[in-house]
Amino acid sequence: MNVTVLQFPGTNCEFDTQYAFKRLNQNVTILWHEETALPENTDLVVVPGGFSYGDYLRSGAIARFSPVMQAVKAFAEKGGYVLGICNGFQILLESHLLPGAMKRNENLHFVSKHHWLKVENRDNRFLSKCEAGELLNIPIAHAEGNYFIEEEGLKALWDNGQVLLTYCDEAGNPANPNGSVDNIAGICNKERNVFGLMPHPERAMEDVLGSDDGVKMLEGLCS
Amino acid sequence: MKAIVNVYLKEGVLDPQGKAVHHALDSLGFNGVKDVRVGKQIVLELEADDKEAAKAEVEKMCETLLANTVIEDYNVEIVS
Repeated sequence: MNVTVLQFPGTNCEFDTQYAFKRLNQNVTILWHEETALPENTDLVVVPGGFSYGDYLRSGAIARFSPVMQAVKAFAEKGGYVLGICNGFQILLESHLLPGAMKRNENLHFVSKHHWLKVENRDNRFLSKCEAGELLNIPIAHAEGNYFIEEEGLKALWDNGQVLLTYCDEAGNPANPNGSVDNIAGICNKERNVFGLMPHPERAMEDVLGSDDGVKMLEGLCS
Repeated sequence: MKAIVNVYLKEGVLDPQGKAVHHALDSLGFNGVKDVRVGKQIVLELEADDKEAAKAEVEKMCETLLANTVIEDYNVEIVS
């Protein structure tokens, strides 16, 4: 599979993401944001984490207008698979490829630690290698992960099976590191080809890193 | 011509910064504060002659980039 990882000024997770997908034996191209087209053979676009444009104005607000994002939008509309991690998730929200918006964490702190996640829905390519209700140990590192969507939109997310991951504790009880509505950590679009999550599966690819639960998440996308 | 844009979280959307500032004020003995909202102000110098047209243009900027209307409201004031 050919994975295209985007790179904006301020992106800092592109090489970790490249490493993660190479570990899964995929071809990875890192693409600078000024490009107006994706490599023709792209099967998956990953918008990685970091601080695109210094998070000025709002996280992801400026990256959204980068030339490459027009190509990503067209790719997604044609059914292409897109994954946004952390700042990448924020960019997909600002681009309206995913519904809702991010606010500052409720406690205003930058939260950086391993956190447990619960798989709410595996009926999608991203989490197809996970079990329903499975608990995953994945690092989070963000100051703006306080996901918000109005009531009607929230109901639609649950009704359509678009809520993919929620924050929980080690026993699977709801937990919330950032104030996110309904403890939401990751969602997808209605068509289930665009995925966004705040946690970093690419940082959980080997036991020596504290967890390799990221492997089965990213493997789903490669199948 | 100068435009002042104020962007703030919508009513009903919990404002974590406002809440923290409110709490700090309370701790300092300013107990008469009922609510605090923290927003941001963006000041634009415009090349324009028509006040109404300028305002409409800045509102378009707000809808496109300056505010995220999923969670934020904005107002535009043309001051000179």
